Order: sequence, then C-alpha cells, then structure tokens
Amino acid sequence: MNNTQSGKIAVGTLIDKVTLPAIDHTALMNYAKASGDYAPVHLDTDYARSMGFPDVIAHGLLTMAYLGRAVTSWSSTRQLRNFSCRFVDVVHLGDILMCSGHVTAVNHSDGEQFAELDLLVTDQNDQVKLTGKATVALSGG
Amino acid sequence: MNTIDKSLIGMEFPAVHVTVDCGGVQAFAHSIGETDPVYFHRDVAIARGHGDIPAPPTYIFCLKTQIADPQHLYQDIGIDAGPGKLLHAEQSFEYYLPVCVSDQLTFKERIADIYEKKGGSLIFIVLETVVTNGKGQQVAKICHTEVLRADA
Repeated sequence: MNNTQSGKIAVGTLIDKVTLPAIDHTALMNYAKASGDYAPVHLDTDYARSMGFPDVIAHGLLTMAYLGRAVTSWSSTRQLRNFSCRFVDVVHLGDILMCSGHVTAVNHSDGEQFAELDLLVTDQNDQVKLTGKATVALSGG
Repeated sequence: MNTIDKSLIGMEFPAVHVTVDCGGVQAFAHSIGETDPVYFHRDVAIARGHGDIPAPPTYIFCLKTQIADPQHLYQDIGIDAGPGKLLHAEQSFEYYLPVCVSDQLTFKERIADIYEKKGGSLIFIVLETVVTNGKGQQVAKICHTEVLRADA
C-alpha cells in the first residue's frame, strides 16, 4: 500500500497527482463547518465583491489540506515530519486544483531516511496557487 | 495606519486545551474529500499501526483556531485586523509524534517575530504554536505568518 519504501525513492521520484473537483460554494461551506473558519470572504458573495473579488474565494488552508492529502496518500500521516507552504495566489470558485510534487533529496539522519519534497498546487490554466515543501520519513526496505 | 510595537515579540497567549474528537476529525477528512478508510474506521487505523484514527496533517491548525479566535488575538495586541487587511502568507507544521482521536492536546501560542517589508507598508506577524500531549510530550509545532497591509 505504501510507495515510500526507501529502495523505491530517488531524486526526481514523483508523488501521485491529485486533481480536485471544481471549487464550489458547497465545498467552501463544508470546509468552513469542519475547520471552524467562517470568514465571510469564503462564504458571502456580496462581502467578497465588496473586497474586490469576483465572488467568494477558497480558504488558503483548504488548498493546503488538499496538498496534504496528496502527500499522505503517497506516504502516510505517520511518516510526515514537516509540511510547509506559501500561499501564492487566490483560489476562485470554479478553479480545478491539481496537487503534485517530486523528491528533491534523500537524506539520512539518526538511522532514518527522509525524502525532501517540493510541492505545487496549480489550477486549470497552470497558474501556481501554492508552493510547498515536505519531509517524509521512508519506511525500511 | 497600523504600527506595531516590536516589543510584542515573545508575547505568549493563554494556553488552549482540546481533546481530539472522532466526529471532528471525520468531518474534516470528509470536507477535504478524503476517502482513505484510515480516517473513518478505527480498525483500519490500528491495523496500519496508528494508535487510533489519525488527524489529517493540517487539522491541528483548526483545533487551535476553533478555540482561540484569531481576531480576538489581534485585538488583544492592538492590531486592526479588519476586512482585507490581513493575508495568510505562509504556513508550516513540524510533526514529532502522531496526532490521533482521543489525544489531549495543549496549544501554547506566542508571537515569534514581527518584521516589515516595503518601507513599512507590509507588516509580517509570525505566530508560533507548540502543541503538547497529555504526557507533556511535544507533538507538533505550527508556524503561521500573516501579512498586514499597514496602509489599508
């Protein structure tokens, strides 16, 4: 079930891409309820327009959570040591996000092996929405 | 116009305590489109070596903000964080131990840094949260960088 046995991983190894359904109001409301982030810019069209957006925008942490899904489905939550991101651009309604990543280094420390990943979330126009990094412990083998 | 007293660096906020709830983890997993049974079936989680159903990686951020409303936090330190003034710029997590359902967590948040860019028109606020479990072991560190437009 796991892709991250140390023998299989090298610089350049790709993680499995995850493509999400187009962002809609329902996805943002479900995330608001589950995360507790009810900021009106994510839920109220009139409010978002008053701030100069065409409509509501997605929670930044929702995009990061989608990217986390890509990393933990490739490995597992237990193997994740570090996960960071920069929010590069706003995610709008209708955007179809794609999460991807690749291994940039394999390091050894304290008898364990770790893969360093560069991560990316882009939209349907290849516009970068978020850049990220992760460190994943590799299983033995 | 916002100006921020840099002596706030190091300021600590009151600790927040929370028990990781199964329904909360599952609602979160569902909301991000997870279908992996490890988040929905305890026996699957245990068979895969977890102590209980694990929390998706970013969920601990939500546990903290559900209890400590960040708007109050900014008010407390004299920052006008009204509509359109604050942007979430960067977010990072370090994980030392797994976070699972039923874990009793304590969140201790402090202002780790405040710095300016673009001649003071952008103010960066870095909030660092140390998360410990019921045994006093550190399980994670959360770092959260917001940008405040000083002229907004």
